[in-house]
Amino acid sequence: MTKPVMDQKPLMLRVMENKREAPDYATLFFDHNLAFRPGQFVMVWIPGLDEKPYTISHYTPDRFGITIEAKGTFSRRAIGLTKGNLVGIRGPFGNGFDIRPGQRAAVVAGGCGMAPLATLVEQLPGDTTLIHGARSKDFLLFPDRFALPREICTDDGSLGHKGLVTDLLDRRITNGGPLDMVYACGPEIMMYKIFQLCETRGIPCQVSLERYMRCGLGVCGACVCGKQVVCKDGPVFGSEALREMKDFNKKALLKSGKEVDLSLYFSWRCR
Amino acid sequence: MGIRFLHRTLKNPTVLASGILGNSKDILERVHEAGCGLVTLKSIGPEPRDGHNNPTVIDLGCGLINAVGLPSPGYLNMENEWAELEHRNFPIIASVYGGSVDEYRRVAEYVSSKKPDFIEINISCPNSEQHGMIFGINRDSSRAVVSAVKKVVSVPLIVKLTPQAPDIADIAKACEDAGADAICAINTLGPGMVIDIESKRPVLAFKKGGLSGPMIKPVAVRCVFDIYKAVSIPIIGLGGITTGEDAVEMVMAGATLVGIGTAVRYRGIDVFQKIADEMDTWLSEHNLSLADIKGAAHGEG
Repeated sequence: MTKPVMDQKPLMLRVMENKREAPDYATLFFDHNLAFRPGQFVMVWIPGLDEKPYTISHYTPDRFGITIEAKGTFSRRAIGLTKGNLVGIRGPFGNGFDIRPGQRAAVVAGGCGMAPLATLVEQLPGDTTLIHGARSKDFLLFPDRFALPREICTDDGSLGHKGLVTDLLDRRITNGGPLDMVYACGPEIMMYKIFQLCETRGIPCQVSLERYMRCGLGVCGACVCGKQVVCKDGPVFGSEALREMKDFNKKALLKSGKEVDLSLYFSWRCR
Repeated sequence: MGIRFLHRTLKNPTVLASGILGNSKDILERVHEAGCGLVTLKSIGPEPRDGHNNPTVIDLGCGLINAVGLPSPGYLNMENEWAELEHRNFPIIASVYGGSVDEYRRVAEYVSSKKPDFIEINISCPNSEQHGMIFGINRDSSRAVVSAVKKVVSVPLIVKLTPQAPDIADIAKACEDAGADAICAINTLGPGMVIDIESKRPVLAFKKGGLSGPMIKPVAVRCVFDIYKAVSIPIIGLGGITTGEDAVEMVMAGATLVGIGTAVRYRGIDVFQKIADEMDTWLSEHNLSLADIKGAAHGEG
């Protein structure tokens, strides 16, 4: 029956497929029509364990997927879920990427930062530049997924350019045609370097930030970054907001609310 | 609509409730800029504390249920935050909690030295077995906490009460007698519980949580009505206030200021200015002032 009061308790869905993508990466698929924009996220509840935010990495009208990198207690359990396991989904939450028709764009992904960008890439035109960096060729997420060519770099040189995504973006800006927008997701230091490069070259960018989250509703304050509430105002922030965001690539809050340097925050997050 | 509250003049009667957003100077400043008259820091405790695992907050449509669980860096680990707050251009309430009378005293004394405009003692949080509500449901323990804290703080003291007290007016009077300068009521109602029937598990990781938002407003209004009759110190009334008309109702019950928390979920951060404007509109349409309607529901007949 239709509920007379619309609550937003977790929607309980069964895992339909667990697809191993790369060492430490897996995608969980659920058969459900989620009203969704690229860049938005859902809160994923494993009953009895915890609930964490994940962006949607696969979307069709009757199925969606979330891609998980095994890092801590929750994600290690999550990549081991199998068909039929029950998972609670709240959301989608957040703003998503701002997509403008006719724009000439570059999309820059670092590691599993490809996850929130993948559905965006599928909505952008064929002349989009796609730059993807990974630790090594084995860690390249979704290697055969996109119609458009991708420029690849790896830390160890096992595939493509040996070096950073910013090298490739810099080259693209210098040698290619004009760009109207750069979209990026990856380690925060990478996104910061991309933001700086875009500022120098006068190109607007949008990046997707990560902070420890609780409510997803913009009320509890766990995920604040400067004056922005990441779960509600973000997770995608454009150049204008990033210019004012003094904690970008600098500070984040631990679960206790303690503000710490980003390096300490990320070592805590990966426990 | 400037309004006097104890030793400060506020731009309007709206207050950011403790536990909502109040994690950093930056975000408090944004809430102030979004029209809030007085902002409250997230409750500060005696030790570093993570709070509970997720899920911690669920939207039930008629309000929220939460068991965030009093996360705090601990009062001795907030020097950067205090240094930033020293250069603020807006008034703040610092909320504190403890697990014993001595912890309340110790935390409040230290926090007082950082010169917040007000200190609020939270003797009403339902989301920890050892802190908060355990003190606020009993007249003697409420009085013990308030009198111990009152001796060591140099700023006005607000006491935040729980609707779970058998007689909240009696607790409020005990707090007033022990030296409280104002009452804040109510904290979340409960605890309650939500069970997911597919997994057969309570949804909140802490299993139980406090209720807030529109579903608790009648309880909050009744509590403020009862407290107003019992005490002569000012009251911050909160619990489910979502519109200017809700705020007017709370003032008629006896509140001087109105707290806003869950409404941020439903109307965004600028809900403070919206509610202040809606109060102004209602008052001018009725040719009344805030002073005219304060406690008006207590009239004869």
